[in-house]
Amino acid sequence: MNPLAQLIEAALFAADRPLTPEELNALDPDVSLAEVKAALDQLREHYDYDGHGVEVAELGGGFQILTRASLAAALERAQVAQRSSRLTPAMLETLAVIAYRQPVGRAEIEEIRGVSGSGVLRSLQERGLIEVVGRSEGLGRPLLYGTTPLFLELLGLPDLGNLPRSDEFTIALQPPRPEALADSDSAAYVEADS
Amino acid sequence: MVSGRRVDLVPMSLPEAPSLGFGTGHAFVVELDQFSGPLDLLLHLLREEQIEISDIPIARIADQFLGAIHELGLNQAADYLEMASRLVRLKAQMLLPRPGEADGWEDPRAELVRRLLEYQHIKEISVWMERAAERRSLQFARAFLPVPPELPPPPLTLDVVELLLAVERVISGILHPVLHSVVARPLNVEGATLRIRALLADREEISWRDVLGHAPTIVDVLSTLLALLEMARRGQLSIVQPGSFQPLVIRRESARAAD
Repeated sequence: MNPLAQLIEAALFAADRPLTPEELNALDPDVSLAEVKAALDQLREHYDYDGHGVEVAELGGGFQILTRASLAAALERAQVAQRSSRLTPAMLETLAVIAYRQPVGRAEIEEIRGVSGSGVLRSLQERGLIEVVGRSEGLGRPLLYGTTPLFLELLGLPDLGNLPRSDEFTIALQPPRPEALADSDSAAYVEADS
Repeated sequence: MVSGRRVDLVPMSLPEAPSLGFGTGHAFVVELDQFSGPLDLLLHLLREEQIEISDIPIARIADQFLGAIHELGLNQAADYLEMASRLVRLKAQMLLPRPGEADGWEDPRAELVRRLLEYQHIKEISVWMERAAERRSLQFARAFLPVPPELPPPPLTLDVVELLLAVERVISGILHPVLHSVVARPLNVEGATLRIRALLADREEISWRDVLGHAPTIVDVLSTLLALLEMARRGQLSIVQPGSFQPLVIRRESARAAD
């Protein structure tokens, strides 16, 4: 590994959150952003090639060193690490609406879900998955919500563009075609894994 | 345009499809928290009956919905009631004689169908997101302990000798120390005890002022206070404050006054 890759490895190891290429660039002002990205690739390959227990993951607009998924069961058994608590269906539905409609107000979320109540919004806000991104011009200037980088981290996505496109789901809304359903399902997986 | 779109809900692979028991006895045995809202319940009913969203038999579904929320004990849930009333209204509208479709008759179910499709869409996305989060949760980042809050300094522990030595060091640094001679004035706790006992023999309740008398000195106050506390400890009297900021009442404890 070249010295820049070493420096980046140290930074990713020491940081408590994903670091963007721009942040990593601050490690050495003499190198270009392209060089940082090349070094990131080198680091990633290094981990993959030598079969390390950790890998460089791209999520929430940045890069982070994570343990490999295949080792999760052993780590949990030994109580070395613990999975984060799961989201409730109400939270997931609300997140889905916000992710695709942001910026979006509470009224629209409630209209789509057919459920009123701000408790879910509050707990999503407390978990740092959504944030207030502005106010609507409408009556009462209600708050508008959007997703945070932490939301992307939670789903393991580099950015919002990695969410399945809205029209991919219309396949499932068509007349029954089991093979098409299976395809769209696996396609979604491939996209998330890549 | 609703009629053009045919939707079959059966092949949907939603993970936690709650099962309504259409068994003997009760028509529905379900838990409220299995559904995330009235649209979810409605979709479930349609799926269970293998009904196409675009052609909902409103009368039947409305009855089933009402039955379900009755059995669910959801009478308190406004969201479910709102949907129930919507369905009942639709049921009524469907009974009205309708002009020919060419005359611009609009299916009163169109809005409901649109909402159901939209909700189903959101539901699918949320399932996808749940799986993504599930996969992500298999990978751990380094664990970071939060920085502990700044602790107050530990309590000062020193003995009298150390304290005196420190005082001497400080005094030795002063060029012309002015030292006061402190005359020890012994407290008269026994005298105060006798006075309180005499007062309580006379009256059942006395006040702090009664005990102190006029123009008490600091020694008197301290002696009286110690005497009161000691007598209260022995159960010879009780000290009560009837309310906030009210004067203390010293009361004779007759039961154990004997000793």
